[in-house]
Amino acid sequence: MILTAIFAIGLYLAVLVLVVGTAFRVVHYIRIPVPLVIPTTPAPITRTGVVARLLREVVFFESLFKGSKWTWLFGWIFHFAMLMVLLEHLRYVSEPVWMWIVAIQWIGLYAGIAMCLGLVGLAVRRVVVDRIRYISAPSDHLMLLLLVGIGASGVGMKVFWHTDIVALKAFVIGLIRFDWQPLPGDPALLVHLSLVIVLMLIFPFSKLLHAPGMFFSPTLNMVDTPREHRHVSGWGETRTSHRKVASQEFKPRG
Amino acid sequence: MVKQEFPVPVITEHLQVPRVQPDAMAETKPSVAKAEFQEALGFPGELVDNWQSVALDKMSELLGKYRALPVFLDSCVKCGACTDKCHYYLGTGDPKNMPVARQDLMRNVYRRYFTFAGRYFPWLVGAQDLTESVLEDWYRYYHQCSECRRCSVYCPFGIDTAEITMAGREILASVGLGQKYANEIIGKVHKIGNNLGLPGPALADTLTGLEEEVEEDIGVKVRFPLDEAGADVLLVTPSADFFSEPHVDGLIGYAKVFHQAGIRWTLSSYASEAANFGIFIGNYDQMQKVAERIRQAALDLGVRRIVIGECGHAWRVAYSYWNTLIGPFDFLDTDYPAPQHMCELTYDLIQQGALTLDPSANDKKIVTFHDSCNVSRGSRMGSTPGGQFTLPREIIQAVCNHFVDMAPETTHEQTFCCGGGGGLLTDDLLELRVKGALPRVTALKQVVDNHGVTHMAAICAICKSQFSKVLPIYGFDMDMIVSVHQLVGDALVFDSAH
Repeated sequence: MILTAIFAIGLYLAVLVLVVGTAFRVVHYIRIPVPLVIPTTPAPITRTGVVARLLREVVFFESLFKGSKWTWLFGWIFHFAMLMVLLEHLRYVSEPVWMWIVAIQWIGLYAGIAMCLGLVGLAVRRVVVDRIRYISAPSDHLMLLLLVGIGASGVGMKVFWHTDIVALKAFVIGLIRFDWQPLPGDPALLVHLSLVIVLMLIFPFSKLLHAPGMFFSPTLNMVDTPREHRHVSGWGETRTSHRKVASQEFKPRG
Repeated sequence: MVKQEFPVPVITEHLQVPRVQPDAMAETKPSVAKAEFQEALGFPGELVDNWQSVALDKMSELLGKYRALPVFLDSCVKCGACTDKCHYYLGTGDPKNMPVARQDLMRNVYRRYFTFAGRYFPWLVGAQDLTESVLEDWYRYYHQCSECRRCSVYCPFGIDTAEITMAGREILASVGLGQKYANEIIGKVHKIGNNLGLPGPALADTLTGLEEEVEEDIGVKVRFPLDEAGADVLLVTPSADFFSEPHVDGLIGYAKVFHQAGIRWTLSSYASEAANFGIFIGNYDQMQKVAERIRQAALDLGVRRIVIGECGHAWRVAYSYWNTLIGPFDFLDTDYPAPQHMCELTYDLIQQGALTLDPSANDKKIVTFHDSCNVSRGSRMGSTPGGQFTLPREIIQAVCNHFVDMAPETTHEQTFCCGGGGGLLTDDLLELRVKGALPRVTALKQVVDNHGVTHMAAICAICKSQFSKVLPIYGFDMDMIVSVHQLVGDALVFDSAH
């Protein structure tokens, strides 16, 4: 029961920190002005175009593909596989389990393995390529280790150390309904959950902020129409008065 | 100026990514601005005693004024995609010239003072105190970035090192460590109206001289009007166009285009500079003040259009920032975008058939085109994205029969900076400039060897000055670099009909 309480509280706390911390950061970004028009051009000249640009970045990692094929390959495999794994995990929170989640359950194992392989690829590059080794702080290596730990313990439970998933689901649903149910005490599961808690806790304080951050990147999200539409800086108070000055001063000669 | 001795890189067939050579460029830094020039711009004359707190206060202020700054500092995942993209890294191997490492000089300090992780676990995330040696690194390496934005093209989050560099320079200037070259030039613009400190009468003389020269050359009196109220077009061009080679041939080209199209145009002695070094030092107020002169000149002269000559970052400032800084342009002709690039004007005239061109005049040349960084990645021409690439090329192809593009990974948005942009076009930094030009000259050598290219056209005053200096060092002919409008001017046919 102590075990259940520790993990229940840990997960509540982690979700709270993840959601509130990230929301704070996002609100913080929104409140800071963007004084000048700085899309990296050529850039879309319509809002729709900007949405498409961001979609291509989020779904295909378009710029990274241009930048580094190996990093793109490992990075894309990791992220896409992680998405699949997350979707597969929805079976623990939906009751009854939605049909499409049932339909993709078979992907889980392969996606878990792919996720780990992608991460290992990234980790190897981080050590082997001298330029990337130079720019890596301890946290950059540990972040990959953490994710590999999550992936490996998850795959491990699928293949070797099966846990009681019926009891696990009862525990998760219990958390959602604030009606705690006992957590199975398998070591692999405890490792898996502990690492997930750590990941959620550090999310708003780490480079994981790249996920919300990229949507606020002015080089990606601005429309390239500075001549057509006057962008107002957000802190140049004197600027608005120039409209009046312009019309008064305008006295064509000659 | 003591001549710097350094080994000139060897051009290989394909560009090699160098191994990391720590501190390879640690000795290179530009001179610090003298007190009088610092103070003229409202910065402290020399390094202030409490520089650390002033710097951190400034950083805090900038973090609250530019959204890009915290987003870029937070979002980097150290994927390394940018590490082999900077021409200065490729030319020097100094790891602090990798875009991410350049950002990290500021990011590590940001983490230390402004983030939870860096405050409590500095060793874990590589956070660093703002020490004197960090400040020195800032001065060195924020003056080894030409703000060309190439790294931002490859960054999955669009992180633009130029924005970090600008913030870095702004902080440096605010503690008393402004850069001599840039700040002296800005001072000259405020006082005299252009980067060269060329006063109005001297400018008038120069233009009269050009009129005589052109008349002698082609037998047509092509005018170079100055301060003519009531002209249709105010042309604002980098002051290097008034006498530097090959820039001046570009100016002659603009004049010939205006002449043949019958457009009444004028230069202004008050706003005789398109360049705006305010962007280089990252200072919004300076940038605005420099730009304001042009708006004033346009109002005073009563022009209907403002056209910008061949200048890379000037075009970025004009295209992207002017409407914010000195707009609205409701006093100009609404039929033309404000401001307009000279290439847009020429391109439109060519489309309308308003110019009589004989491309065979350039038949002795096999021309390639160097996309200037700030035009390519910080602006647009025409009405569709990428017009900044197609318009100049279509102009060149309309006036030259032999055009060859350089390798695709070195053109368009992937173009390499000439090595002298961003306020680094000073002899203090010659070694950096030469090494930073390596990626471009490597691509140039490929088309010279494979296609017999004889000339490289550009639309930026800095590119032209930089290549005039570094091409000979790499064994090319100094005259290889030409203005796009020189090619246009040479192909324009003048006869009695005009």
